[in-house]
Amino acid sequence: MHELSLCESIVETLEQQALAQHYRLVKTVWLEIGALSGVEAEALRFCFDAVTRGTLAEQAKLVILEVPGQAWCTQCSIHVPMQQRFDACPRCGGFQLRVNDGEQLRIKELEVE
Amino acid sequence: MCGVCGCGGEHHPLAKLSPVPAHGHAHGHEHDHDHDHQHGHTQTQDHAHLSPGRLVQIEQDILAKNNRYATQNREYFNRRRILALNLVSSPGSGKTALLTQTLERLKQRLPLAVIEGDQQTSLDAERIRATGVPAVQINTGKGCHLDAHRVGHALENLNLQDQSLLFIENVGNLVCPAAFDLGEAHKVVILSVTEGEDKPLKYPDMFHAADLMLLNKIDLLPYLSFDLDRCIAYAKQVNPKLRVLALSAATGEGMDNWLQWLLAEQQLLQITYR
Repeated sequence: MHELSLCESIVETLEQQALAQHYRLVKTVWLEIGALSGVEAEALRFCFDAVTRGTLAEQAKLVILEVPGQAWCTQCSIHVPMQQRFDACPRCGGFQLRVNDGEQLRIKELEVE
Repeated sequence: MCGVCGCGGEHHPLAKLSPVPAHGHAHGHEHDHDHDHQHGHTQTQDHAHLSPGRLVQIEQDILAKNNRYATQNREYFNRRRILALNLVSSPGSGKTALLTQTLERLKQRLPLAVIEGDQQTSLDAERIRATGVPAVQINTGKGCHLDAHRVGHALENLNLQDQSLLFIENVGNLVCPAAFDLGEAHKVVILSVTEGEDKPLKYPDMFHAADLMLLNKIDLLPYLSFDLDRCIAYAKQVNPKLRVLALSAATGEGMDNWLQWLLAEQQLLQITYR
């Protein structure tokens, strides 16, 4: 359940940005969550609703943009899709894969007032 | 007092954030569109046309704050040439027993210290202190992992000697601690052979994040159907660069190998590169 800590981190960022960007209310939060980030989108939504209560993001809508995983196969020298960390290269069947996308946990954009 | 956050001793980084003074605006605000929390969460972006709010680009890593503290810890370790290891495992892997055995064998050779993370109790820290090695307990309460901020505060209480070997025993959990950098040189994942050999596949993030895997309790292998080679193959499937040591803290088998690894890693930190 580290989704709870992540949501607390998100709210903290929203509060810090409120001063810098001059807003009082967050209406939408766009997150980019990689398929290999180890985060459960549903758990994140649940925690987001709990953590934002009584904050400037109380009524905010959470939009999660899921980013597919991708790896570089060092055997084939190609980028291959990766749904899970134990996936094999679809071409050579090997596991000499270096993840290069899908690990991100980012706040991308906000809609504010 | 924390140099980065300025918080006092009472500060709990996981504590609920206080509402900002302006939050009253959220109440009674009439929306001319419906964004129901249960059903409105789709990946479509058309709602931008429905809402009159201003858009602000943020592009910020959610873990940015933790990572800043981790960087600060890492700089501290590097400056003092301290080898810091983040020990992660599921509960019951024999992590604390392995640690006390390790401390007993190394305490005459170099300065040691331990940060113990548990949800509750200081039982583990007491087991560590019984070896004569200084230990600080962090109780995470409801938290399922240690974060870099709390480790930073624990460091203030430890007064580490230069060139120490610091073990950070994380909360027994193969999920959450994978995501939180503490500033360590390596994550070391401990798996005991009384657990399933498929754990590396079930908890791939942790085995991916680790640099070394210790297979503990190998003295029990004759009584189990645990396939050691298959377990290692699974682990290398999620992390081809993972190194593996097999040992038993109870009988001492394989412990020399582990101690050699620790001493070698600690020695590498004493080199000054240009």
